[in-house]
Amino acid sequence: MTLPAAAAEAMQRFAAAGGWEQRARLLMQWGERLEPLDDSERNEANRVQGCESQVWLTGTQQDGLWYYRAASEARLLRGLLTLLIERVNGLSAEELATLDLTQWFTDLGLARQLSPSRSNGLMAVLRRMRALSEQG
Amino acid sequence: MALTSPWRADFPAISVLEAEGQTYLDSAATAQKPQALMDRVYGYFRSGAANVHRAQHLPSERATRAFEATRETTARWLNASADDEIVFTHGATEAFNLLAYGLEAQFQSGDELVISALEHHANLLPWQQLARRKGLRLVVLPIDAQGRVDLQVASGLIGPRTRLLAISQLSNVLGTWQPLTELIALARSVGAITVVDGAQGIVHGRHDVQALGCDFYVFSSHKLYGPEGLGVLYGRRDRLRMLEHWQFGGEMVRHARLEDADFHAPPMGLEAGTPAIGAVIGLGATLGYLGGLDAEAVRRHESALLDRLCQGLRQRTGVRLLGEPQAALASFVVEGVHNADLANLLGEQGIAVRAGQHCAMPLYQSLELGGAIRVSLALYNDGSDLDRFFAALDAAREILG
Repeated sequence: MTLPAAAAEAMQRFAAAGGWEQRARLLMQWGERLEPLDDSERNEANRVQGCESQVWLTGTQQDGLWYYRAASEARLLRGLLTLLIERVNGLSAEELATLDLTQWFTDLGLARQLSPSRSNGLMAVLRRMRALSEQG
Repeated sequence: MALTSPWRADFPAISVLEAEGQTYLDSAATAQKPQALMDRVYGYFRSGAANVHRAQHLPSERATRAFEATRETTARWLNASADDEIVFTHGATEAFNLLAYGLEAQFQSGDELVISALEHHANLLPWQQLARRKGLRLVVLPIDAQGRVDLQVASGLIGPRTRLLAISQLSNVLGTWQPLTELIALARSVGAITVVDGAQGIVHGRHDVQALGCDFYVFSSHKLYGPEGLGVLYGRRDRLRMLEHWQFGGEMVRHARLEDADFHAPPMGLEAGTPAIGAVIGLGATLGYLGGLDAEAVRRHESALLDRLCQGLRQRTGVRLLGEPQAALASFVVEGVHNADLANLLGEQGIAVRAGQHCAMPLYQSLELGGAIRVSLALYNDGSDLDRFFAALDAAREILG
């Protein structure tokens, strides 16, 4: 499967980053691309439990393909959410269920952000994405 | 000025972590272990594990002797009046639950249980749930700007309906000593049962339960440089006997029939199932090690570390220290920076601190904060650990703008 264009660009930029400082700066840049959610969308139903900072996620289906939007109070997490969304947007529920996101973040040099002791909530967001797509 | 811990080498994990680029400043969550503990636990398993209290063979005799020796050491550590005032549980949280269930019959609808606004969940939720089960009122003592229970307000809230006071000795978020002597006196004057959460307090200084005058004192082994899976409940003998049996099975039973059973008195009657024998023996070794240290030198070292930590935080613009820390730890927030971002970048730089609400969500609600970063210290920390922390903090803030 070929990468979506935005994801391919992310891969190229993050792979070239040398060290934690550059990765952090890149993550913050990426976070600025995150399409904001309205106040009304930042509601309890859209809130993802299990995150250290508050995170909201919405998902919509179009012609059998899923598109997500998300918001967070934490800037680095916004960057991670952008990377996640850029990778999964436009996939079907079946594709999303089998996508290896650990590999994706590892390729980006961000594997530690997914570790189980991290309570940044990235894994919780992914679980919510899959749950939304399974409900259809 | 160099601030060097003479005990650092007694904790092998510190140099192992250092070689991995990790600076451990999260000892209030769990502490690293001294070599003396590892040697003792290794020796126990290597020379033959056995269950305690119930066999005639040599390995069991040996294990029982070592196990009971820790009870004795722990009793002396706290200046309990007798060994049988020490109950081993599977953790401090379990000890609080044991109290909340064991004391349940003492309370009637309308009675009041008093806690403070800065309690760790372990000393909040068991009482909150007990209050719900029995229709009791949970009264919460507010704290002042320094981070201590406000005694004036407390004296108005502790009254004739108060049946129990459960209070933390040293805040796990603010690092403030609570006015235990005064609070316990207030509670005793109305005949209330007193419970002290010593989980943080026990790690910093020796405390005398008889001088404190509390009925129960709880701490956890793993925060006191001991093994996990082990909590200690001290109970004054007559108060301990008030506790109803809570968990059943194993050696707590004296005689069992199919229809009913009778049980041992405390401490045995409150220690259901096989205890964490290796952990208990390990705690004995830790207490032996700690008992051999110059307590005054430890106190001075920890106090110098905390001064340097607080000074460094106060010097930095935009950093807000929570309360006025007096021991071992400090929590802070940075204006305009989310603590999750800061924690992330500190983690990237190998600084092991805690971000979040530190199991004290109601306290953060009262501070109107979503969380903070907590730096916690132990006797093995050095000035160099703080230097690395501050360098990492400055680097993270530069990136986060």
